[in-house]
Amino acid sequence: MDTLLQTLKDALTIGSLYALIALGYTMVYGILKFINFAHSDIVVLGGWLSLVIATKLLAWLGVDLAAGGVAAWWVGPVVLTLAMACCGLIGFTIERLAYKPLRGAPRLNVLITAIGVSLLLQNSGQLQFIFGTSPRKIPSLISDATLFSIGDVQVRLLDLVVVGTALALMLALEYLVFHTKIGRAMRAVSYDVRTAGLMGIPVDRVISFTFILGSSLAAAGGFLWALNFSVIKQPADTSWVLLGLKAFVAAVVGGIGNVRGAMLGGLAIGLLEGFGSTYVNPALRDVYVFAALILVLLVKPGGILGKAVVEKV
Amino acid sequence: MLSVENLQVNYGAIRALHGISLKVEQGEVVTLIGCNGAGKTTTLRAISGIVKSSGGTVKYEGRDITRVKPHELVRLGIAHSPEGRGVFANMTVEENLDLGAYARHDHSEIAKDREKGLSLFPRLRERYKQLAGTLSGGEQQMLAMARALMARPRMLLLDEPSLGLAPQVVQTIFQIIREINAAGTTILLVEQNAHMALKVAHRAYVLEVGEIAMEGDAQKLAASDEVRKAYLGVG
Repeated sequence: MDTLLQTLKDALTIGSLYALIALGYTMVYGILKFINFAHSDIVVLGGWLSLVIATKLLAWLGVDLAAGGVAAWWVGPVVLTLAMACCGLIGFTIERLAYKPLRGAPRLNVLITAIGVSLLLQNSGQLQFIFGTSPRKIPSLISDATLFSIGDVQVRLLDLVVVGTALALMLALEYLVFHTKIGRAMRAVSYDVRTAGLMGIPVDRVISFTFILGSSLAAAGGFLWALNFSVIKQPADTSWVLLGLKAFVAAVVGGIGNVRGAMLGGLAIGLLEGFGSTYVNPALRDVYVFAALILVLLVKPGGILGKAVVEKV
Repeated sequence: MLSVENLQVNYGAIRALHGISLKVEQGEVVTLIGCNGAGKTTTLRAISGIVKSSGGTVKYEGRDITRVKPHELVRLGIAHSPEGRGVFANMTVEENLDLGAYARHDHSEIAKDREKGLSLFPRLRERYKQLAGTLSGGEQQMLAMARALMARPRMLLLDEPSLGLAPQVVQTIFQIIREINAAGTTILLVEQNAHMALKVAHRAYVLEVGEIAMEGDAQKLAASDEVRKAYLGVG
């Protein structure tokens, strides 16, 4: 019973982070019909910027965690907001400089450019004067003391914060996409760019907005990931690459281009991975995820929530 | 109101429009008829900026709009109901109509125009909360036109509203085109159904492989031998 609960807790935590990151892949695909391979590097950037901002902020406040100091409750939210804002701006800039000039180009060109942007971010992040090549510990902004226990499973405030923040951001996005004017414009652009323009929707501005949104969610994913594991690996570490790939798989499994599908896919992949490695074989952790991808592509290529579009005459 | 001069469009190495000139005066219904591939849709698309013209000018109310982006034209008072209707199938009728008013912020006036649109197309009222993809072809066409009207345009560009519709529905659609025009909206209508188009239009242009072959009063054109033979299937 304890094993089950522990697995469930961990799987939901990881799954909600996959979901958060998958949203960025799916939104960009929905609108521009290409996979933004640089998205996972925005996650890395979000994690590392959180670390830098948190360290600077705590030093400025004169709080020394090592000497038993405690970060005020608002430090976490401030760091999260700043990291999201920075990554939003960086996402906006990347789209302007790298993708916008290729608007009419074949999709393969854009895809290759995305890989280029990804390599650029990875390698510049490793520079000594940026983030460097060694892992670091992120200041514990949120108490990891146990709040309560169910059996032997300890639930920390940190666990609740990570899952709660991820869910809150997803709900906010869901509201934005389905209940606001800009969300309606995003769905229109995603469905048919040309007609969206005829409606008076400024298509380029909607695309920029989508990148800002996706990148800030990625930053939140990086921040929460760093908090959850407390150690943050160097920018080109394989664990980051795998995180990005799994979030991408989550987006595809849920139905790429579909916002609700990305959330569902994230949780599904998290659960599959968690239960598979606990109950079957932990060495096959990554295998479950990619096997799920292959299976979905074979059986239901549009993803769980993906639909075939029928044109009416 | 709208004047197009020597408009040229190339698709790669293929020249689709060889320099077209046409005029639409305030209050008119002007139709552009011709066969498949004559360049009718391309002309409308070049006017609204969704395809780039390689030469010539488009002027609207004295202003050069040749290089103006499609979404900005809506703000100037030109709405374009595209070929194939272009309804957002994954959204409701209501959401589609709201998108038509995207550029506007006068909420009470938008509500009035929505009401007007729904009384012009009562079928849409019945389908108000339905996804546009579940509508019949004729209903989708009505939605596309109602949506274009939500921008409160002074000039409406209509691309093949009769495409793929049953004759009775075509009658209804053309009746409504008359009503829209009577309410003060200038219309540029692209049609393959020359018979119906010439009936509602004041003036007409006949397009043949990227060039204007004939132009003039719609009734006179409908009576002329060339048009009767080539486009009305008479003679």
